[in-house]
Amino acid sequence: MSAEAEVSARTQAARQHAAAGAPRGFVRKYIFSTDHKVIGIQYYALALAAVLVGVVLSIFMRLHLAWPALHLPFVSGGVMTPEQYEALLTMHGTIMVFFVLTTAPQGAFGNYFLPIQIGAPDMAFPRLNMLSFWITLVSFLCMISAFFVPGGAPLSGWTAYAPLSALGQVTGPGEGLGQTIWLVSIGVFCIAMLLGALNFISTTIDMRAPGMSLFRMPLTVWAWFVTAILSLLSFAVLLAAVVMLLLDRTAGTSFFVPAATVVSEQLQRHSGGSPLLWEHLFWFFGHPEVYIAILPGMGVTSHLLSTFSRKPVFGYKAMVWAICAIGLLGFLVWGHHMFVSGMSPYSAFAFSLLTLSIGVPSAIKTFNWLGTLWGGKLQFTTAMLFALGFVSIFVTGGLSGLFLAQPAVDSMLHATYYVVAHFHLIMGVAALFGIFAATYFWFPKMFGRMMNERLGKLHFWCTFVGAYLIFFPMHFVGLAGGIRRYADFTAVDYLWRLQPLQRFITWAAFATAAAQIFFLWNFFWSLRRGEKAPRNPWRATTLEWITASPPPHDNFAGNYPRVYRGPYEFSVPGTAEDFLMQDVPTGPEKGARE
Amino acid sequence: MRTDEAQIAVGALAGGAGNGEGASGGNGPDGGDGMQWPAASGSVPPRAYVTGVTMGLGAVLMFFMALVSAYIVRKGMPNSGWIALPAMPRILWLNTLVLIASSVALAQARGRFRAGDSREFRRWWGAATILGLFFLAGQIIAWRELASSGVYLATNASGSFFYLFTAAHGLHLAGGLIALVWVLRLPTRRLTLGTATEVAAMFWHFMDGLWVFLFLLLMLVR
Repeated sequence: MSAEAEVSARTQAARQHAAAGAPRGFVRKYIFSTDHKVIGIQYYALALAAVLVGVVLSIFMRLHLAWPALHLPFVSGGVMTPEQYEALLTMHGTIMVFFVLTTAPQGAFGNYFLPIQIGAPDMAFPRLNMLSFWITLVSFLCMISAFFVPGGAPLSGWTAYAPLSALGQVTGPGEGLGQTIWLVSIGVFCIAMLLGALNFISTTIDMRAPGMSLFRMPLTVWAWFVTAILSLLSFAVLLAAVVMLLLDRTAGTSFFVPAATVVSEQLQRHSGGSPLLWEHLFWFFGHPEVYIAILPGMGVTSHLLSTFSRKPVFGYKAMVWAICAIGLLGFLVWGHHMFVSGMSPYSAFAFSLLTLSIGVPSAIKTFNWLGTLWGGKLQFTTAMLFALGFVSIFVTGGLSGLFLAQPAVDSMLHATYYVVAHFHLIMGVAALFGIFAATYFWFPKMFGRMMNERLGKLHFWCTFVGAYLIFFPMHFVGLAGGIRRYADFTAVDYLWRLQPLQRFITWAAFATAAAQIFFLWNFFWSLRRGEKAPRNPWRATTLEWITASPPPHDNFAGNYPRVYRGPYEFSVPGTAEDFLMQDVPTGPEKGARE
Repeated sequence: MRTDEAQIAVGALAGGAGNGEGASGGNGPDGGDGMQWPAASGSVPPRAYVTGVTMGLGAVLMFFMALVSAYIVRKGMPNSGWIALPAMPRILWLNTLVLIASSVALAQARGRFRAGDSREFRRWWGAATILGLFFLAGQIIAWRELASSGVYLATNASGSFFYLFTAAHGLHLAGGLIALVWVLRLPTRRLTLGTATEVAAMFWHFMDGLWVFLFLLLMLVR
């Protein structure tokens, strides 16, 4: 048998094998599937359901803030009580942070595209992957059930500060069973994330195609990889904290409750615990969590700016090191959430300095994005617009972070709407723009159909302008002293004067939320009626575009790729097309050194 | 064929045989044409399991370090009302020796395995498993000893931490025991490359080292 015939016989065998491995039957194919692509879509559906719940909760909050005496539907008693407002706030934050910003960028797109982009047939541990998703779903259903137990949802915010969260029913209606359910749900979520993270890391390290050296990985893969490392190290700490808080609540231990705590004239039986301990443990997780939400968006943005500028990413290696540096520094700055907790000014100074130093890799990324755009042949697709929007929102939200990183300034702005505006822009809206960019970019690959560009652009402009209209004025509310987490400003004169601004924000929130109908319509309409997608509609270079849309069960139908070049070879002089895909062997093999 | 079998074995161990199932066909394109790449044959490279378990242990380490730092902070707080445990249950010394012996037996088993002596391998591996069971039983006796001296989970913070550390470690160790028993039940030919024994042993030795660390912490930082 000649060498060539032997190779083709092997390919044949591999194809048969791939076909044999594909599951049959609806349940194994679409529900209990071990296929990372199906699991990715399942995560996406979960995040979509969660974001709808989260948005509805925020609409109710904004309604109440703007018109505190308004009778609202679905609110028992008609007019919202402060406790009901706190419950909405807690669940809005929790659902958005955990079930949208953590699951969509990493669970959905990371799951779907990391294996394909490194040329692997699946994740390293497909069954573990399936398990991660189902545990996440259980956690979500558990969290939602908190609305329906006696006392309702918890009141302690997504940060669940002790002792409010540690003492049970006595501290508020939702602090009984609701808070316990919250803690169980988050504990379960931690386990799902840990299993997912170790799978992502093993896949990236050990499942890369031949030739796919680390520095030939797309920046999206780098971002998912570093995000997985952050998840692995931070969710384990949250899990420990959650276990301790649960013990404080149910077993009467005193990890977080200080001695002589009196609530509603009742002396609590706990003694000697430290609420600050909870804050430290929580924020040791909580700050990396911010980067878990935003890093994948950075990866997608780098990827898209390069593709739609038809230029290589400016400073690829600098981008990689910047992602790593942001990941590392993200673990050293948790104290900046606690400047007003009474920490030593020396600690505050150290945390402040480390926090400001994150500005350096962030600036490297921003300037490299601008460098990528510079002189490029820009194509303003919807995906590109959202990537550009990401850069804009990232810079706006990031700059207010520099102010908040100063302990002296923060002591004024802490717990005001300035902070709310800051983290919604940098963590919420920027990450959402990353999700939208990824959706418009990869929809053709995931579902085999194109999305409507005209509707997409309408959606972009409404969302982009809307996000600024909501969150930019919010900075001024904060600077004027508007306190966050308060349900009602009626009785406070200087805050009541900000009411026109609050109403404006509420109207802007309505409009922006309504504009998301363009997205939902586009998404579901395109699923069935969209134009059929070719293999590579964006003329992109990475491995997901060499395979069919949508890809077969093993991603490459047995033709596993070999990688010859880096991920962003656009407009290479002397080539027929303006892009060279990673599996194209012609031309000098570049970037082989690792 | 040898590698294929080993891959199936480890694939089943980590529950990741989504692709491994098909590999029993054994006709993957794993020839020497420069395309040698285990994933291309439809199964996962054995080293992925080592990486996976290493990462899992990283997460376990972070979990325990969070508890340990909470212990140190909680103890050092002003007005913490910290009362040291009256006396460490004496059986903990025995338990510690038993667990170390278990690790030694496991290392012996791996040595026999490399020498190709599967009978001796099973004997030593089984001994390690039984010693592990003894350790867990001993920990429960330690709890009873502590409880009989009047220290319960919520009595004081030092007791809370003692129960928390031992329970969390015991749960992880019980998981390790399941893995040890599972390896013992595998047919010998499926263990050819030894990845299953390698990752199980990694986990077990880690839990052993972790216990020694926790024991020293509870003894020295009271």
